[in-house]
Amino acid sequence: MKIHYGTALAAVALVAVHILMRLTMGYAESLEYENVLANYKFVPYAIMLELILVLLAVHGFNGLRVILLELKQGRLYEKAVSYGCLAAMIGLIAYGSRTIIMTNMGMV
Amino acid sequence: MAQVSSVSSEQSPTAKSIVLRISRFNPEHDESSQFMEFNVKYEKWTTVLEAILDVKKHFDHSVAVRYSCRQATCGSCGMIINGKPRLACFTKISELDSNVITVEPMNNFPVIRDLAVKFEKLFDTHQKIKPYLIRDDTEIESDEKEFLQSPEEVEQYIQFANCIKCGLCNSACPTMATDSSFVGPQALAQAYRYVADSRDKGKDSRLKIIDDSHGIWRCHFAGSCSQVCPKGVDPAMGIQLLRGYMLGFRS
Repeated sequence: MKIHYGTALAAVALVAVHILMRLTMGYAESLEYENVLANYKFVPYAIMLELILVLLAVHGFNGLRVILLELKQGRLYEKAVSYGCLAAMIGLIAYGSRTIIMTNMGMV
Repeated sequence: MAQVSSVSSEQSPTAKSIVLRISRFNPEHDESSQFMEFNVKYEKWTTVLEAILDVKKHFDHSVAVRYSCRQATCGSCGMIINGKPRLACFTKISELDSNVITVEPMNNFPVIRDLAVKFEKLFDTHQKIKPYLIRDDTEIESDEKEFLQSPEEVEQYIQFANCIKCGLCNSACPTMATDSSFVGPQALAQAYRYVADSRDKGKDSRLKIIDDSHGIWRCHFAGSCSQVCPKGVDPAMGIQLLRGYMLGFRS
């Protein structure tokens, strides 16, 4: 559970930086295609986005796992929930990382 | 199954009467619980337990209720009285301020019959957290004195030593209602009681026991456990302090 607290605190700090960076220009402008690509291509910022992705995926799916474990108990069910959430977490991180890496390497 | 009866025992003229609704349920042949109603006379000092025993004496001796000391020491007569977990022997009818008193078995415990519930899980989880002092030097050498403590050290845990294992905190806990494997506020408060004791050396083993997927982190800090404790123990605070040990804020 310490990982849940740790990821929450780290995510709050990094998401705050992320929001502040978005405020350097208008909100709609910051979401324009070229600006988003530029963000991904700026390596330090891309690393921060990757970190946010990992932190939120771990925090979110661990939270979901805890909620599901509280709803119902049983050895098989608990195993299925834990491994299911872990698989979903890895899947989401892989998919998000793929987008960041592909954009960073100029494949988009 | 509901019936209305009246206790006409030798009561003083000052006695008032209430309707006592008792939940009846025998898991061996009932599908759901039903209430039986009794008109019971009471004085301002009459407790709910005395009213139930009046019913047993005069109307229906088959009403199942567990009790022993009648002075809030043994922790046997916990039940839901007008929707709140209380000790029947420690709850006066006059203080409930109602003409209808409803008594039900405690929540989050399997019912044996009527108002009596099984305490096995409570005792199992209590035992699981090793409710005793753990030390390497269990034998005191002849030239040594007792394990002395300062008043400040005693203050750290003394209120938690008042627990009488009545199970009211577990009955009030919303997490226990959904998570049948949750260790519960009673055991967690007792874990804190021994972890915070300066004479104890078993902190690490206890913290390991409660740091599992149905352990201390499942507490949502609703605080209902502390509200219902008849002995003034504050399990919710104990759990938060215990989390301080888990996270390294306390040592």
